[in-house]
Amino acid sequence: MADSPKKFDKQSRYTEGRGIAGAFEGETITRRRLMEGTALAAGGIATMAFALPGLGFALGPLFEDTNPTIWQDVGPEGDFNDESYVPRVMSLDPEIGDAGKTTIYVRQFNKDIDKVIKGQDPQPYVVISTRCAHLGCPVRYIQASQKFVCPCHGGVYDSQGKVQGGPPVRPLDRFYTRVSAGGRVEVGDRFSLNSQLERFAPRDPSNHLDGLWQYIYPSRPTT
Amino acid sequence: MKLPAPPLPKALRRSPPRPGQDDRNGKNGKNGAPATKPTPKEQAIEGTASVVGWLDERTGASPFLRGFLYRKVPKGTNWYYTLGSATMFAFLSQAVTGVFLAMYYEPDPTRAYESASRITNEVFLGEFVRGMHKWGSTVMIILIFLHMGRTFVFGAYKYPRELNWVIGVVLIVLTLMMGLTGYLLPFDQRSYWATEVAVNLNASGPLVGPYLADFLRVGSEFGPTTISRFYALHMLAVPGLIAALIGAHLYLVAKLGTTAPPWLKAEKKDLLKEEV
Repeated sequence: MADSPKKFDKQSRYTEGRGIAGAFEGETITRRRLMEGTALAAGGIATMAFALPGLGFALGPLFEDTNPTIWQDVGPEGDFNDESYVPRVMSLDPEIGDAGKTTIYVRQFNKDIDKVIKGQDPQPYVVISTRCAHLGCPVRYIQASQKFVCPCHGGVYDSQGKVQGGPPVRPLDRFYTRVSAGGRVEVGDRFSLNSQLERFAPRDPSNHLDGLWQYIYPSRPTT
Repeated sequence: MKLPAPPLPKALRRSPPRPGQDDRNGKNGKNGAPATKPTPKEQAIEGTASVVGWLDERTGASPFLRGFLYRKVPKGTNWYYTLGSATMFAFLSQAVTGVFLAMYYEPDPTRAYESASRITNEVFLGEFVRGMHKWGSTVMIILIFLHMGRTFVFGAYKYPRELNWVIGVVLIVLTLMMGLTGYLLPFDQRSYWATEVAVNLNASGPLVGPYLADFLRVGSEFGPTTISRFYALHMLAVPGLIAALIGAHLYLVAKLGTTAPPWLKAEKKDLLKEEV
């Protein structure tokens, strides 16, 4: 095998077999290579030491609930009925002033119109979000035709918030509601619905919630 | 009479004249006659030359600059070849006007609109600088697409310039990101709703879309830090990347040279034949 003494094997397990000039017994890597590796590793660790915390800092809000539940008073029970929608203004984010405000449409639960979904407690009030399920423009309720209409791309929803036309992919979002001890209607967190009006964790507009489509739009880790 | 040298530290003492140079009494002219005093013009030229020489000796910049600025270009090079430089100057103009706008702008949802309208209505020349930034952004997008069209039509993306095409496409995407992130900053109705729609367009991407939207909004709803995130992306992250990639783009242009227009045929085939 050893026909030529100058042939060395770089993968040899023995110092001699590797033929490193000036190597002590037991060394299987050149000192230059070790220093190169050390310098690269030190640089890598130093980069990670600032890059990873920075990245975590930027991505952090994805993994924490940035919108804690605030129950907002929208008026006494007497203001609302179970046949038509009453518009109200609520604040999605009180910290940003007017930019955080949104219109909602409030109607009392009506057992003739509203279907009770098995395993889901019905809300005492139906509160429809005006954020279009297409790309988030503000929809408006047209009393005469009993439809929600979006000005941006022509999305049309029926009086339940179900899609009737245009590009939206799911019904209008709704809000959790409760009635306080003093008989005042309070509005809480947002939730999304699929075409059967089954409740889901809140999603962004444009995220499907029906059939196989729902699996390519995951919900947030926090909700 | 020669006075003794003052006891200054060595660094402050005047060095002795070099051979051939005038001594400090101005007496080393021809045949020992006093040298004529240089005119102000000569002094200015000499001063500039010596500053440039000092820099050049220490940086070795002149061979690089000569190669970069006086490189050979193919026959047929025309005005369309200036679209890339025009885009770069549009970017520089955006950078400079952006720096000055940042001195007055406040990226806070309750203050943004007021500070932007203050720039327009109260600050001296504010309307002009803001206008340059606003219209300049459109100009830059038009120019960058014309530049891409020129490259495509002239076939300048072909071997060995494919990598430069790729860098250019990344630059277009970054320029569009500048447009998107900058649009929110005036914080009027139009910018708010346009950004709402743009973020939800991001959310419509499968699997990563919802997370991308959350990253842009800093959470599930448009919140107090959304505007400062857009501001940071608009004036720090994306322009830094654009500047770095423009450097790489230019390096490759200088390294690989430019292409002749496709309508230019090889001239004088007879000459070529003679060489064979």
